[in-house]
Amino acid sequence: MGSFLARRVGQAGVLLLIVSIIGFSILHLAPGGPLSQFAATGDMTQEDLDRVARQMGLDRPLPVQYAEWLWRLLQGDWGVSYRDKQPVLRVIGSHLGATLELMLSSTLLAMMIGCWIGVLGAIRRYSVFDTLATVGAMIALSIPTFWFGLVVIYVFSVGLGWLPAGNRYTIGDGSWSDRLHHLIGPCIVLALVSTAVWSRYMRSSMLDVINHDYIRTARSKGIPERRILFQHAVRNALLPMITIAGLHLPTLLSGALVTETVFTWPGMGRLFLDSIGYRDYPTVMGILMFTAMLVLLGSLLADLLYGVADPRIRTA
Amino acid sequence: MTSPVGAIDGPPAKPALTSRWDSPALRRFRRHRLAVFGAVTILVLTLACIVGPFLLPFTDTFIDIRQRFAPPLSGAHVLGTDQLGRDMLARLLMAGRISLAVGFAAMAISMVIGVCVGLVAGYYGGAIGAVLMRFVDAMLCFPSIFLLLAVSAFIHPGVETIILLIAFTAWMEVARIVEAQIKALRERDFAVAAEALGASDARVMIRELLPNAIAPIVVAATLNVAHAILAESYISFLGYGIQPPTPSWGNMLDNAQGYLTSAPWLAMLPGAMITLAVTSFNFIGDGLRDALDPRTDAR
Amino acid sequence: MTATPALVPAMAPVTRSAASMAEDVVLDVEDLSVSFVSPQGIVPAAREVSFEVRRGETLAMVGESGSGKSVTSLAILRLTPPAPQCRIEGRVRLRAGDRRVHDLLALPEARMRELRGSAAAMVFQEPMTSLNPVHKIGDQIAEAVRFHSALSKRGALDRAAELLDLVGIPDVRRRMSSYPHQLSGGMRQRVMIAIALSCEPVLLIADEPTTALDVTIQAQILELLHDLQQRTQMALLFITHNLGVVAEIADRVIVMYAGRVVEEAAVLPLFKRPLMPYTQGLLRSVPRLDLAGRRCDELAAIPGNVPDPLALPPGCSFAPRCAHRVPELCDARVPLLEGAGAEHFVRCARWASLAEGAPP
Ligand SMILES: Nc1ncnc2c1ncn2[C@@H]1O[C@H](COP(=O)(O)OP(=O)(O)OP(=O)(O)O)[C@@H](O)[C@H]1O
Ligand code: SF4
Ligand SMILES: [Mg+2]
Repeated sequence: MGSFLARRVGQAGVLLLIVSIIGFSILHLAPGGPLSQFAATGDMTQEDLDRVARQMGLDRPLPVQYAEWLWRLLQGDWGVSYRDKQPVLRVIGSHLGATLELMLSSTLLAMMIGCWIGVLGAIRRYSVFDTLATVGAMIALSIPTFWFGLVVIYVFSVGLGWLPAGNRYTIGDGSWSDRLHHLIGPCIVLALVSTAVWSRYMRSSMLDVINHDYIRTARSKGIPERRILFQHAVRNALLPMITIAGLHLPTLLSGALVTETVFTWPGMGRLFLDSIGYRDYPTVMGILMFTAMLVLLGSLLADLLYGVADPRIRTA
Repeated sequence: MTSPVGAIDGPPAKPALTSRWDSPALRRFRRHRLAVFGAVTILVLTLACIVGPFLLPFTDTFIDIRQRFAPPLSGAHVLGTDQLGRDMLARLLMAGRISLAVGFAAMAISMVIGVCVGLVAGYYGGAIGAVLMRFVDAMLCFPSIFLLLAVSAFIHPGVETIILLIAFTAWMEVARIVEAQIKALRERDFAVAAEALGASDARVMIRELLPNAIAPIVVAATLNVAHAILAESYISFLGYGIQPPTPSWGNMLDNAQGYLTSAPWLAMLPGAMITLAVTSFNFIGDGLRDALDPRTDAR
Repeated sequence: MTATPALVPAMAPVTRSAASMAEDVVLDVEDLSVSFVSPQGIVPAAREVSFEVRRGETLAMVGESGSGKSVTSLAILRLTPPAPQCRIEGRVRLRAGDRRVHDLLALPEARMRELRGSAAAMVFQEPMTSLNPVHKIGDQIAEAVRFHSALSKRGALDRAAELLDLVGIPDVRRRMSSYPHQLSGGMRQRVMIAIALSCEPVLLIADEPTTALDVTIQAQILELLHDLQQRTQMALLFITHNLGVVAEIADRVIVMYAGRVVEEAAVLPLFKRPLMPYTQGLLRSVPRLDLAGRRCDELAAIPGNVPDPLALPPGCSFAPRCAHRVPELCDARVPLLEGAGAEHFVRCARWASLAEGAPP
């Protein structure tokens, strides 16, 4: 476990370095580069722009600029938002809670439903249920999240009036139940794709597991079928799901951005989109780097968790 | 005889727990019917988008202020009109041209990039392979929508740039697949023999290795079209993709949210088109995966 | 270990379907047939297999790979795949510890589950993969105990520790909380045996329990099984394709070929005077260590291959590989299993003439 941990953290470190290089390249290769914010307004002369560029250190060699940028990034100095005039990290932090709330709740929902569908589909392979689940999952993976969001709003908010059409809470209310009420719509919308993903992976993982010899051993002990299914099959089939959770994080983040837009949910995704609208370069770059680091961290955590959950690695 | 279940050693033991429910008909349905459905749908959709606009009485840009918000099936406009009185069907078909074209083009470019990177990484391995594959890993850390938006926000988006952008965020999976395949194939006799005969690296890669890895590449290509169409719709919906007046399925939805109460078809129709097209490609991809590699059944 | 030949000359074709089982018979298998439905057709994996195993006795089942040994043994415990894919016919009766006779193939699943693991247990061919990787050894043994006895969780774990000690695993306390991957193959097979023995079964089926292990471990496991049998008087159905092992452990032997029993005899007569040409071939192919301590370089393997179960010969299944084949006799119909002396049965149309002509 120790060496596994060290190796895995080392890998994550290398990836972080490459991620930072990609981020830096995007910053500088995009037409206009870091100056586009000033150029866009159109009321600065070329001399003004040159002066700003010098002030920002843009006339120095790229590797130097990169090293300095990375150093500040690691120190937590992510620049100041043009729009809010606040440190980027603080701006991100103030929107992170809403996004995490959405992502966690929908993941919970998707895992519960998806894993069930996967298990049932696997033990009744090619049954009517399994076929419907498979086709359903493929369709769910094909529905654009924003459109599904509109459909949910149309049906449950506009049509039935059961759910609020957006926002995190009613202004002036903000009670626990009010927040929950607001969470339902976006949570379901974001969970759609995840549910499909979980059910597919769980199904194939189960199919893999029930072919193993130890399932036959369990059966030869004469223990109840339910116990074989849960203690022996599902328990093992869930292990790879930990890895899947890590791999699914980028998709989930993308989905959250779109869901937040449709439901005017005040999270990081909306902040990102608004910042683009305002050409708030530091915030945009900050969020981009932040999400990549979040993904990196997520997959690292997933691997560590896998190491804890699987005795073959834990005790190695 | 209802006997309990359990796999036994020896040849092809099928998963025991499951087989009571196993219906060959349903299995065939999943294998073939859906793929056929997908292929036919895509064919019809493509044809309709190419030919359709010439046959319709309205063009997609014809504005008829008196006919604003005409609901579907209520008059001359089969699928109704939008907030400017433009014919929805004509717009959907024209948008389909763009969306499908973006899908195919972005797929083609992403496949070229992915196959090249995968080939080189898999063939040379070692430091080159490691660097390339770590780059792939790092690219995959960026959630694709964030990456697409970050870049497209700072350039002036046109159809070509959107295609390029989508391709640049969609080649990594392909690279991974190809790298794994090539790595495995490299060790096989025919590749070793070709090398021993003094064939150039490029020749071995393209003439000997690539054709043997074609099955997963074809599957990935199909799924990539689906991915590209979705990606285009996402960024166009968010306002940073295809810019009006050029219609795309995504940007048709852009301001449809505002009319959700009064004219829901503005939102429903383009979304349904996207879902239909993407589902079809996914069905084809799934069918191809089954047909080309009978061992994998998952996902 | 040697079987004692009974003095019953039985020369007529045998039918065993005695309505009641003799008192000392633990397992009685009658005309057991197992077939699989595959896309290419119906695969008959076992055909009209009949045998019995008595209390305290070891019956060895030998045969080449694919002859249907595992399928037969799994069918006895109803561990084969479920109905539409796999068909089981025939009768399997088990005399449980309380002397009650159960018709296994007719039992409802719940009753079968009660017997499985308690009255009849099984050790599998693959020790490396037969244990669940995420559960502790102790829990895996205790699980069987818990479901077949009134013991508490604590009590079941104590029993598990006892069993580990019994199968000769050192440092029991520590091993109880080990995971399978921390054990060697031999250790894992001991754990499998401990699981199988946990409820003191009257019948233990061991499907090639030592094939995957190296020779010294193999000998230890065999000795362990033998000791345990002496202690509990359980009936042991031992499956193997290693005739050396058979000579060491078995009282009686049945030889399987292409899903059928082709010869059955006590171990000494079989080794001394095999009647079926296939058995003779098998015995010739045993590497002999006694010739100046060297292994013979030339293993007299039987030429040819096991027949395709989808295209079996019309007569004797062994005919395509048999040196003594006479088409009129051998290909006309499937030879019957005939009695050929004291508790010796053989399925060969020419066994009598071959036995006369053959040098001793
Ligand atoms: N699940 C299954 N589906 C179809 N056919 C099967 C299945 N399991 C076994 N068979 C067939 O049954 C026959 C007997 O297999 P079995 O495993 O009993 O052989 P065996 O005597 O145990 O061989 P080995 O010594 O290799 O263990 C084989 O020909 C095999 O093709
Ligand atoms: S019946 Fe004929 S072919 Fe079969 S074993 Fe006897 S002699 Fe050989
Ligand atoms: Mg076997």
